[in-house]
Formats: sequence, structure tokens, C-alpha cells
Amino acid sequence: MNQIRQNLPAIILFVAGLLLWELLVVLLDIQRFLLPAPSVIWQAFTSNLDRLLHIGWFTTKEALGGFAIGCGAGILVALATARWTLANETLMPFAIAANSVPIIAFAPILNNWFGVDNPLSKMMIVAVIVFFPMMINTVRGLTLVDPTIIELMRSYAASDFAILRKVRLPNALPYMFNAFKVAATLSMIGAVVSEYFGGNRSALGVFITQEAAQFRFQNSWAAIIVACVVGLTFFLVILVVERLSIPWHSSIRNRAGQ
Amino acid sequence: MGESIVTLSKIGMVFGGSSGSQTVALQDIDLRIAPGEFISLIGPSGCGKSTLLRVVGDLLTPTSGQVQVNGKSTHQARLDQDYGMVFQAPVLFEWRTILKNVMLPLELRGVPQNQQRERARELLNMVELTGFENHYPWQLSGGMQQRASIARALAIQPKLLLMDEPFGALDEMTRERMNMELLNIWRQTQTTVIFVTHSIAEAVFLSTRIVVMSARPGRILHITDVDLPQPRGEQSRAETRYFEIENAVREWLRKA
Ligand SMILES: Nc1ncnc2c1ncn2[C@@H]1O[C@H](COP(=O)(O)OP(=O)(O)O)[C@@H](O)[C@H]1O
Ligand SMILES: [Mg+2]
Repeated sequence: MNQIRQNLPAIILFVAGLLLWELLVVLLDIQRFLLPAPSVIWQAFTSNLDRLLHIGWFTTKEALGGFAIGCGAGILVALATARWTLANETLMPFAIAANSVPIIAFAPILNNWFGVDNPLSKMMIVAVIVFFPMMINTVRGLTLVDPTIIELMRSYAASDFAILRKVRLPNALPYMFNAFKVAATLSMIGAVVSEYFGGNRSALGVFITQEAAQFRFQNSWAAIIVACVVGLTFFLVILVVERLSIPWHSSIRNRAGQ
Repeated sequence: MGESIVTLSKIGMVFGGSSGSQTVALQDIDLRIAPGEFISLIGPSGCGKSTLLRVVGDLLTPTSGQVQVNGKSTHQARLDQDYGMVFQAPVLFEWRTILKNVMLPLELRGVPQNQQRERARELLNMVELTGFENHYPWQLSGGMQQRASIARALAIQPKLLLMDEPFGALDEMTRERMNMELLNIWRQTQTTVIFVTHSIAEAVFLSTRIVVMSARPGRILHITDVDLPQPRGEQSRAETRYFEIENAVREWLRKA
């Protein structure tokens, strides 16, 4: 109940936005290929539901696979990097530089490497995209530890492994969740956009471009909505997991603390 | 003096490699501490009090001189977990509840879970934090957090309690109450304490001896015996002797 009341303004804004969109399209007589009305998109959505669900799931799997590979690799490399100071100092500038490069531009190359039809090519693009924010954030979380905490652990003769497990990893969790949130959003974007460069017929991005090419823009719109919903859901799932995993963190207790 | 738990001889500590930027933090420190003593280190800021505490706790290796703790090297003493440390900040782990924070040293020692819990509860009871076991650090006031950190330091019954301005961040009222509690804990546990402070009143109230250090390079200027009768209590703060010692220490600090 409280939740609903809290989110009421957002809900009202959303509904009002849809109504305004519908109204403007009708009143200004906007051409369908420029901007279909929400009702038209909804119609396209329901009449293509089976196909949309199928291709939506196909692309979601690519995004999830890439997310898992990229985040997994990012965490592993971060653990190694944080362990060896030398690796940290040499790798981090590269990682930070790579993070600001438009990696999606490599999509055609990776399509070529792994095969356009192979979902693995999209997973690898997603993996490369999410790798850098994941790695950078995890390294930060593992190394930006209160030095007094390290002194305290050393005064108890704690091993490096004990310090990693009991201090560095818990300290890194909030940083990692921030990266997971970024990666969740990026992975769906990465998967869909890389499909624009060609891919399997049952992929969301391919469907969007093909329908657009044949002037069935309402179908493209419906598929875009699917991509948005999946991306949003992914993000929300991470948000919930974050809340459950690090209830002690300031970002969460402030939100929950009324 | 008979047996000693800490023996410092000719300790020197120089920071910085190249001769231009060197800081001589400690010079010629000689000190023997008997078991059960409560030693306060007092001196101007930057005179090397924290450095000396870290040298004793094997967090820093002195550039010259010898330290022995319990007849062992400080390194061995640290491996044997002879130390309990309390810093100015409580340094509680924000991801652990208060109970879990106090359990940490026991966990590192490999004590069975149920015994960890039991012991941590006892200690929280001693520092009057019963009922806050499942709270997170941020839910406690500064004074309460510092009590939890003292409980954690006492968890493994350390032979030597090293405290670096533990009450420096607390208000006067809380500080005085914490002094009383620390005195009780010290009496109950009979542990040896080395206590860094800026407050003369606190040093006189708590200590058996007060070590006054000089400004850089940090040297021992004078050691004041605090011959106020034990057990001490709030009434000790009103004794003539208390004021005499307080003034004497203040005089020495002026010379520092
Ligand atoms: N790790 C370090 N590297 C270089 N200089 C240090 C280091 N730690 C302390 N110092 C210097 O040693 C002196 C004593 O410091 P410290 O022991 O912290 O003083 P106190 O605790 O008495 O205020 C200071 O001049 C400080 O700048
Ligand atoms: Mg200090």
C-alpha cells in the first residue's frame, strides 16, 4: 500500500505520458511510420505476442550469457589485479581507457569471428562491454579499504586470504552491485544493438531492423518495448538482490530508513 | 622492577628513505612495563605516540633498538595473538552486526561458533551493550560503537591492550563515563594497557604511570608515577594528590 502511494506520482506521470502521446498522434495526424500511437503499438504487440516472446527470450539469453561471462571474467581479473600491486598499476589505466571506448563498434568484427548467426558472437560483445565496468569497480572495492581495518586485521595476525574474505570482499560488494546494475542495462543494449549488425532470424534486434525495413514500424516499436521491459526487469532483479545482500550499506538503509 | 611484559630498549624510528625527507619519529626509547600496568603515553601531536604503539604491536618495525613482549619478539607475540587494539575510530565492520564484530578475533583464532557467540555476548554485557547484538554499527552512537570496539579487543583476552586515543572523538561526559568503564574492565581482566591520550585528566585518572614524550624527535621526557590509591572511582578526581599529579604532568608537557 505504502509502496503504491510512494510511486503514485511516477505511475500518474507514466499514464499521462501515454495518453498525451496517443492524443498528439491523433490530433496532429502524425504518420504511422514516424510515430505510431500507443494503441497501435499495443495492437502490434498482442497480435505478434508469440513471436515477440520467442525472439525476446532469444536475445535475453544472449544478454544473460554475456552478462555472466563478462562479469565473471571481470571479477576474476579484478581479484588477480587487486592481489598483485604491479598488475593493478599497469592494468588499471588500460581498463579505464578501454571503458570509455565504444566497444559496440567492434560488433561486426566479433560477428565475423564467431559467426553472425551464432548467439555466442553477441554474448562475447556483451561480455566485453560489461567486463570493464565490472573489473574497475571490483578492483576499487577490493582496494579502497579503510587502512585502519587492515591494521586491525594484521594485529590479529590474519592471513591475506582471511583479509580478502572478511574485509576486501564484503567491502567490494556495494561497488560490485553498482557494476551489476550498469552491466544489466548495458547487456540488453549490447545484445540488441549488436543484432542490428546482423544475426539470427529469431533475434530481437534483427526483427526490429527487418520490420522497419518493411515499413511495419508498429512491430519494431512493439519489439523495442519488449527490449525495454527485459532491460528494466533485469535491472530491478539486481536491485532486489542488492537490497537482500547488503542491507547494511548506506545506500540501502537510507532508502529503507523511514 | 621484576618481570616485565614489554621491554623497549634504545628504540629509534626514522621514516622516509632519502636523507633529505627523513623524519625521526622516535629516538632512544627505553621503557619496561610490568604485567598489569596501565601506561599512558602523552605528548604533543606528531611526537610519535602512535608510532610507538605500532612498534609495540608489530605493525611497524623500528629502525633501531629491541622490543620484547612477553619475552618474545613482537612478531611472535602478534602471531600468538597477544594484542588487542583499539583506535580513535571504532573501525567496526559496517557489514557485520555488533555481535559478529565482537566475534571477529575469535573467528580468526578458530574458536568454535557457539563459543564465539557465548563469549561475544559476555563481553557485550560487560560493556553494557546487551540488547544491541543484532544492530549494525551505524545504528549505535559514537560512544556505543567505541564500547563495541573495546569488547572486540578484549574478546581474545589479550595480554596487551594497545589503545590509540580511543576516546579522543567523544564528548567530555561520554569520555568520563568510558574512563570509569575502562577502569572497571582493566581491574576485572588484569590486562596490561598502553594508552595514548591527549587528555591529562584522563591519563591521571586511569594510569599507573604516565610517559611524557617530547616533540620531534619523540623521546621520553619524564615518567610520572601515579600513586593515587586503587581501586579508583569518581571520588579519585577530587583528591588533592590527583590535582598535584595533573599539575606535574602539565609542567612536563610544557617542557615538551
Ligand atoms: N608511515 C609514515 N611515514 C612517514 N612519516 C610518518 C609515518 N607515520 C608517522 N609519521 C611521522 O612520524 C611522526 C610521528 O607520528 P605519530 O606517531 O602519528 O604521532 P602522534 O601519534 O604522537 O601524533 C609525525 O611527524 C608523522 O608525520
Ligand atoms: Mg597519533
